[in-house]
Order: sequence, then structure tokens, then C-alpha cells
Amino acid sequence: MNRTLTLNQLPIGSQARVSGLLSQGRMRRRLLDLGLVDGTLVKSIYASPSGDPVAYEIRGALIALRGEDSAQILVEA
Amino acid sequence: MGMTTAAIRASAKPDVAVIEKAHPQERLIALAGNPNVGKSTVFNALTGLRQHTGNWPGKTVTNAQGVYRKGDNDYRIVDLPGTYSLLSNSIEEEIARDFLCFGGADATVVVADATCLERNLNLVLQTLEITPKVVLCVNLMDEAKRVGISVDLKKLSQKLGIPVVGTSARKGHGLEELMTAVESLTEGQTECHPVAVRYTQVIEQAIQSLQPLLERYLEGKLPSRWAALRLIEGEETLARRILAVADLNEEETAALLEQVAAARRTILDSGVEESKLGDVMVRCIVLMAETIAAEVCTIPCRCRERDRKLDRLLTGRLLGVPLMILLLFGALWISIAGANIPSQGLAFLFNQLEEALTRLFTYLHAPRWLHGLLVEGMVRSLGWVVSVMLPPMAIFFPLFTLLEDVGYLPRIAFNLDHSFKKAGACGKQALTLCMGFGCNAAGVTGCRIIDSPRERLIAILTNSLVPCNGRFPMLITLIGIMLAGYVSQGVGSVLSALLLAGFLVLGVVATLLASHFLSKTLLRGVPSSFTLEMPPYRKPQVGQIIVRSLLDRTLFVLGRAVAVAAPAGMFLWVMANVTVGDRSLLALCAGFLDPFARFLGMDGIILMAFILGIPANEIVLPIIVMGYVSGGALVEVGGIAQLHALFAANGWTWVTALCTAIFCLFHFPCSTTLLTIKKETGSIKWTLAAFAIPVLIGMLLCTVVAAVGKLI
Repeated sequence: MNRTLTLNQLPIGSQARVSGLLSQGRMRRRLLDLGLVDGTLVKSIYASPSGDPVAYEIRGALIALRGEDSAQILVEA
Repeated sequence: MGMTTAAIRASAKPDVAVIEKAHPQERLIALAGNPNVGKSTVFNALTGLRQHTGNWPGKTVTNAQGVYRKGDNDYRIVDLPGTYSLLSNSIEEEIARDFLCFGGADATVVVADATCLERNLNLVLQTLEITPKVVLCVNLMDEAKRVGISVDLKKLSQKLGIPVVGTSARKGHGLEELMTAVESLTEGQTECHPVAVRYTQVIEQAIQSLQPLLERYLEGKLPSRWAALRLIEGEETLARRILAVADLNEEETAALLEQVAAARRTILDSGVEESKLGDVMVRCIVLMAETIAAEVCTIPCRCRERDRKLDRLLTGRLLGVPLMILLLFGALWISIAGANIPSQGLAFLFNQLEEALTRLFTYLHAPRWLHGLLVEGMVRSLGWVVSVMLPPMAIFFPLFTLLEDVGYLPRIAFNLDHSFKKAGACGKQALTLCMGFGCNAAGVTGCRIIDSPRERLIAILTNSLVPCNGRFPMLITLIGIMLAGYVSQGVGSVLSALLLAGFLVLGVVATLLASHFLSKTLLRGVPSSFTLEMPPYRKPQVGQIIVRSLLDRTLFVLGRAVAVAAPAGMFLWVMANVTVGDRSLLALCAGFLDPFARFLGMDGIILMAFILGIPANEIVLPIIVMGYVSGGALVEVGGIAQLHALFAANGWTWVTALCTAIFCLFHFPCSTTLLTIKKETGSIKWTLAAFAIPVLIGMLLCTVVAAVGKLI
């Protein structure tokens, strides 16, 4: 059964598909430019020493996002 | 669209950098691409480093230009800022988009990363909507091969309908082919039939409804399909630009806006939410990139295994930060330990030169003052600057470039982001801080990579809190003086490196505290969002690194120092030799500053040296030496032991050395940096703040250290 959660809740090492963006304005645009459209597979790779930000694999690239930003990304795991 | 005709007519024509061709036959080539794809490497490889802006760590932020020759033509190539997209309104994207739209390029080369082609195709497809004359350069083919990724370039070329060339620019592979492809495009031997992104049916219909009118209005100045898309999307700044280009009268504008509104209505009526219209368009582009990439790339599933392992170590919870400090310490230790011998060698050479010149002057019966001015003033200052500065720089810069080349710097930003966030700043400030280690002026310019204006300003104002490479040698020397007489040479270099690393960490801590203070007072606000790409680790090209860091950085900084040191040396000689009453001008000024300087744990000469050193920090130490020597000229170029003896004779203790080192770390930025800050912020007020912040920190710390030092 698929369940919806926000990207920051995704445990390190697991993956999910994007189901919506809550962020607005420039950040939304940037996330889309990075290829984070609905249905995109995102994998949580590792966290920084303090636990935030976390690096995600998005379409072959490694992108670090802060917790408050990844909390604006809905995913289905 | 919420725009009135008057507002549109009032908006100015886009402000595009006009590139002057050297002669009319010259071909103009735009170079675009995502950040971190080796665009600058391609640029440098094509133009053979014949560019006129220095290249500093991190992104290209200004339009660098260069020229290469191929066949019968000269090609002027313009390096655009690295961008992920051409649709939003960050400074970089605007510069890149405007140049592609209005720059008048004969062809565009888009550089893409073979190891991450899918994401890069997004920009390629967007570029093709603006201009058909594109050559795709798939760079980093060697890196892709190393991790097992293969790209079918021929198929990619068929899919996109444009020439595609694979390169490994750092090894120089594929550049001939790239130049050939560009040549046959500009000379009309190849034609592009670029693929168009297929949007959803309802959007396609809307585009078609607008295209005829736009064709007529734009007269080929912009592609009508692209213009239609932007107008439908309704992003105001872009829409205004397009209308400004069309240069319509009121009636025409109204007609066009009405058609756009109708087209938008049809789309919205079909069930697309207004706020999601842009998303739908981007999604079409992204999915098309995905489809093409899937057909031309073969990616093994475990290709990033080695990177992941390395990252677990370098960004790990336990080891990430300690390893970062250890790497910094290692680089500093190698610079300090390695610089000793070449320093002595250079000092010896300059002494020989000076003796030879003195003999020549005596032989020519030149007047004493001329000898003093040129030899004791100018040549000796040059000798000091070159022999003290060049060796640590020539070692530290390549090491730093090595870390940059391998891809470690974004990891530093990743590790430190949490701290910067707590300080109310952007994690990318860690990158501009690293640039500041090279040169604060470059660091300040580099702050353009920070999107939020508030956070960019914080990064600019605090950049001088890390020592630039002009201050490194002085710190090293001061640490040497502090330790001289206490420890032996061997232990000395390790301890020196430790202390220097300590000073740098202090600089970083001060940066964080000052950023925190600023975001609580003058620049109140919460940290904004950002994304940080961490490129794959790459095998460094050691030979290239040495050439690049020596040419681009070491010689550039040294050249500046020499240009300042030579006249400053003469000026100082005059100050030290012109007397009022029985005291020289130098002594008079120093005497005036002395009481205040004592309070800060220094003396008048030291403080005056800092003030006179505003044009270039590199000459502060030589000025101090000159001030102490009664002869009125710098002493013979020599080593730390000699300096220690001289300074001790002038009342220096370890407290004096420590306070001077602290003030060296925290004092006003050099004039170049101040001018850069003025240029970047466009405000005298912020420039003054950038001047005051480090000075206040320095004075505070020095006062405390001096007071404590007196008690001990």
C-alpha cells in the first residue's frame, strides 16, 4: 500500500516517488528545474554530520536539501 | 495577466551585454551549460587560457570571453553563467537567457555532463526552443566511462536533431571535433533540425493560436513558439521583455494580450490550475529529457558505489568535520614546511641582485638618493614580497585547487550548512568563504551564487574575516616569530601549521558569529531555501592544476602585489628619509598612532603599516620592518630568526606578535576588495559596514588579549 509522506521523513537509504510540491516561488521553480516533477524517483542517500541537510539522488545527480525544504516535497513510498 | 498596456510600454529594453567583435568576420559563440559540468574547462581548453578574467574557485559569474582560431575564422566565445534552466529569474539565468535571445551569437555550444545527462538535457531542450543553432558538447566522457556509463552520441544527435560531440576537456580530448562541428554550423555546412518539446495537447493548441500573431509582431527577433510559451505561462518579467522586443503600439499590445488571455482561458478551462501551468510545461520538458536519456544512456546500477563510500567518510557524522580540519591542516603544513627552502633561495637571489645593482650604481656615480629610492626602496620591497609570498602561495594554491578539482568544496558546504543556517545564512556561504582564502575580492564576487539578497549581503560583509592569500604569508611569519626561540625548526612547522589552522578556524567562527549578529540586527530574516549540487568526485588532472593555479591565481595575485609593492617601497623610502626637525615622517606618524596602538597590544609602526597596506596586505610586514630600521630602508631580505631579533629589539613580545596576527586576520579589507564590495552592493553604507565589521572584531580581540597579556 502506498503511503504519502514528506521527503524529510523518508529514511536514509530508501526511495520514493514525488507526488507533489508544496513549496512556492523560486524554490518551487528550482526544484522543478532539477527534475523534481510528479512521478520522479528520489532516493535519500546520506545526511550531513549534523543530520541536516540531506543529500538526495535526483535523476542521476546528488542534491542536498535542507529539512524545511524537503518537508515541502510530498512523496509516495 | 495582470499587466496594463502602459506598464508594458514603460518597461525598458532588456539590458544585454553587447559583445564587441574584433572584426566583422569574427564568429560569436555562446557557451552555456549546467553548473559543474566543466564548462570553464571547455572554455579554457578552446581558448588556451587566453581569457581576460581570472578564474576563481566555484562558478563562473561574469561573462568571460576568449578567442580561438579554426580554419579561416576567428571564434569569439562567451562563457555564460552555469544554469539549470532558462525559465526563472535568478541573475545567472537572466544573463544566460538574455544573451541567447538577444546576444546575436552565430552558434551556441551547450556543455553537458555525460555522467548526468538526463538532468542536463533539460537545459539543452530549453536552449533549442530559443535558438536552433546549437552544438551539444557532452563533456566528462572519461568520467562517465570510469563509472561505467555509456552514451550513444550518434543516437543522441539524431534524437535532438543537432550536432553532438563527446569531449573530455580536461584531457583535451574531442576539442578538435567540437571546433569542427561549430565551424560547419557557422559556415552553413551543417543544418540543425532541432527536436521540439511536445507539450500537452491543450497547450500545443494554445501555442498555435498565438503563433501567427507573434510571427508578425516579432519579425524573427525571437522564436514565436518560445515567445508564445512564455506569454501563456504568464511570468511577468519575461512577458514584459518579449513585448518590449516586439515594440508594439498600444492597439497591437491590447490585441496580443487579449489573444494570450483567451489562450490561457482555454487551458485553464481544460482543468489545469493556474498555479500549475508552469509546472505542466516544465514537466513536459523533464519527461522528454528522461525519454531521450533512457534511449541513449546505459547506466550501471552500482556506478556511484565508490563515491558513496567516500562521502560516508568525508561527510560522516563522526569523521566529516575532523577530516575536514585535518585536510586543511595538512594543506597548511605542506605549504609552511615546503616554503622554507624556496623562500631562502629567493631571498638569496634578491640579495645578489641588490648587490649587483649597488655596484652598478656606484660604477655610474649615481646620486645616493636615487640608489636609496630604487634599490633600497623598490627592489628591496619587491624582494621581501616575492620571497615571503611566492613560495607558500605556489604550494597552497595548487593544493587548494586540487581539493576543488576533486569535488571536495561542495562537501565542505554540505558539512557546514547546519552552522550557517543557525547563523541565519546560506550554506553556499561556505563556498564563498573558501574563495576568500584565495582572494577576498574574488570571494565577494563569488557571493553572486547565493540567491537570497539578504544572505548574499551577509556573505559579502563577512568575507574578509577569512585571511586571503595576501595575509597568509604574514600570518605564517608572525606565528614563526611567536614560536621563535621556544621550539626547534622541525617541531616548529607542525606547530606553526596547527596555530595557522587555529587562526583559520577562528576566522570561520568569527564569520559565523558575525553572520548570526547581522541576521539578528541589520539584516534580519530567516534563512531561505537553497539547493546544493554535489558533483561526483573526479580524478584530478595534476599537471593542469599546477599550470592553472600558477597562471591563473599565483601569478595574478603576485602581479598585483608587485605592482603595489614597488611604488609603495619608494614611497616608504621617502617617508623614512624626509625629516621634519630631527625625526623622519615615518617616525612622526607612528608616534602619533602609538598610544592608541599600544592599547591594542601593538605599536604605532605596526598600526601605520596596516593603514599604509590598504592597497595590498602583502606589504604590511615589509613596512613594519622598514619602520624599525634606523637606516630608513628595509633590512636585507632574510629569514624568521633575523626578523625575530629585529622585532625583539623593538620591544616585541609574544603578546605583540599575537595581537598583530589577530589584527592581520581581522582588519579592514584591502582597497581592491572594498571597491569590489562597492560594485557588488552598489552602496557606500554597506561598503563602510564591510570596512567596520572586521576592524571592530579585531580591536575587541586585541584589546582583550593585550589586557590579559599585561596581567600575565
